[in-house]
Amino acid sequence: MRQRDFENRHRDSWAQLETWLKNDQARAEVATLDLPAAYRELCQQLAVAKERLYTSRLIDHLNQLVTSAHHRVYRQQTLRRKGWLHYLVAGFPQAVRANGRVVALASALFLLPALVMGIGTYNNDALIYAVMAPGDVLSLESMYDPGNRVLGRERGSDTDLAMFGFYIKNNIGIAFRTFAGGILFGLGSIFFLVFNGIYLGAVFGHITRVGFVTTFYPFVIGHGAFELTAIVLAGAAGLLLGRSLVDPGQHRRSVALRLASVEAMKIMYGTFLMLVIAAFLEAFWSSSTAMPIAIKLGFGALLWLLVFAYFALAGRGGSSHAS
Amino acid sequence: MLDTTYNVETPEGIDLRARAAGPVPRILAFAVDVFYRTLILAGLGIGLAFAKTAGMGIWLICSFLLEWFYPVFFEVLRGGQTPGKKAFGLMVVNDNLTPISWGASIVRNLLRFADFLPFAYATGVIAMTLGRNFQRLGDLAAGTLVVYRDTDKVPMALPDTTPLPPPRNFKQQDQLALISLLERHDDLSEARQQELANLLEPITAKRGRAALEYLRAVGSWLLGGRG
Repeated sequence: MRQRDFENRHRDSWAQLETWLKNDQARAEVATLDLPAAYRELCQQLAVAKERLYTSRLIDHLNQLVTSAHHRVYRQQTLRRKGWLHYLVAGFPQAVRANGRVVALASALFLLPALVMGIGTYNNDALIYAVMAPGDVLSLESMYDPGNRVLGRERGSDTDLAMFGFYIKNNIGIAFRTFAGGILFGLGSIFFLVFNGIYLGAVFGHITRVGFVTTFYPFVIGHGAFELTAIVLAGAAGLLLGRSLVDPGQHRRSVALRLASVEAMKIMYGTFLMLVIAAFLEAFWSSSTAMPIAIKLGFGALLWLLVFAYFALAGRGGSSHAS
Repeated sequence: MLDTTYNVETPEGIDLRARAAGPVPRILAFAVDVFYRTLILAGLGIGLAFAKTAGMGIWLICSFLLEWFYPVFFEVLRGGQTPGKKAFGLMVVNDNLTPISWGASIVRNLLRFADFLPFAYATGVIAMTLGRNFQRLGDLAAGTLVVYRDTDKVPMALPDTTPLPPPRNFKQQDQLALISLLERHDDLSEARQQELANLLEPITAKRGRAALEYLRAVGSWLLGGRG
């Protein structure tokens, strides 16, 4: 068959499909189109056109039409038998437990430098200046100085909201970067974990040495339960990416990376949520001074307990039935 | 092959073809997106300035969302195109040329930070130029690809000629060459077309305008025109 006859024969069906593809919203008028059938026919026509060496313009046109129809026919959707509720109750802690070794490694990368720096700055009053500028140290001290009522006074709710925005942008950004850095063979995640560990350890040690314990610990204990664990988890997710590149196992590196990113995202969604909770607590609860210190410490300890219990226990029963 | 085409075999047994987009259009598209984002943030900043400190908080949250999720939003809900990509005719797809899903889009945009390192997307550009399909690190991890979204091609308008049958022993290759000459008659200058037609003087025994007319007539016959 000559190309012109071929075109004449199918022109109408192509035009019909084209209008259908364009009118996504106004489907009512052309709703009669049987997309799968039309798509199969179109595929066959493209194959015929290629086989018969019709002009490249016709083939391009058909290819473009097939691509748009292909987009409608195939949609990659994660098969979620259970929704996000299941993820929160079981999926997230299960993913964390399944990657327990990586999470342990991330914790060590975070906690060991923190411990060393903490002990160091506690015993040596100059060490803090190795990681912080003198101005920053001063402002840090004034922030938690019990005699200074800057933090102590009850802030207005608008300031709380501003701080909430700040914590969202800053802390979640740090966690995302910690995760993303993992793709550089894990080096980025390691750097951010160690860096944050050193910084935090230095702050803890220094503040304890100076003796502002009564303001500092009640402030950090509440949101720390979520924030510190979330940073470690983001680092662990990043390390998963890095591990897939360093040691891809049975797969090609590109495939291993793909699989690892799916696994890592199971951790990252939950981490994101934890950081939002942490930012909320830090802005609206931790800064409040109306509460007695004992209550804040008690509540904070309870949160830590809850977080650990969640990761240790949640989703254990259902795991035998899942998959 | 030094080619940017990307082929995927579909379950229907045909090869879908797409052209992977290189660093330059993608950088330009990104610049457009940065412009829009800055515009939005500036607008929000002015609007929220009236809300004082609370406005500051909302502005920070918005800037966080814009920084990390602006591309995700557009890629998933607007057919793989952020406004910048749309301006340059690009779209993000999964590497089997299906529309991008939430998971993949979130991965590729979270890893944007790694591509940015150490400055100005250096890692991303290096990854793009090393790989076969211009994928930056985020694309590799998410299994996505940035391709050109082909614009509608106008159906070919044939030059007005009376079709003539081709000469004898005219091989298939010759036919194809002739048809593509006809196909490009709008894009090539008349002089260049005549020049090309002159190359066939041994077969057509014609030169210049007459040779071109003859070739067009034959081409039109080959495409199915009848006198």
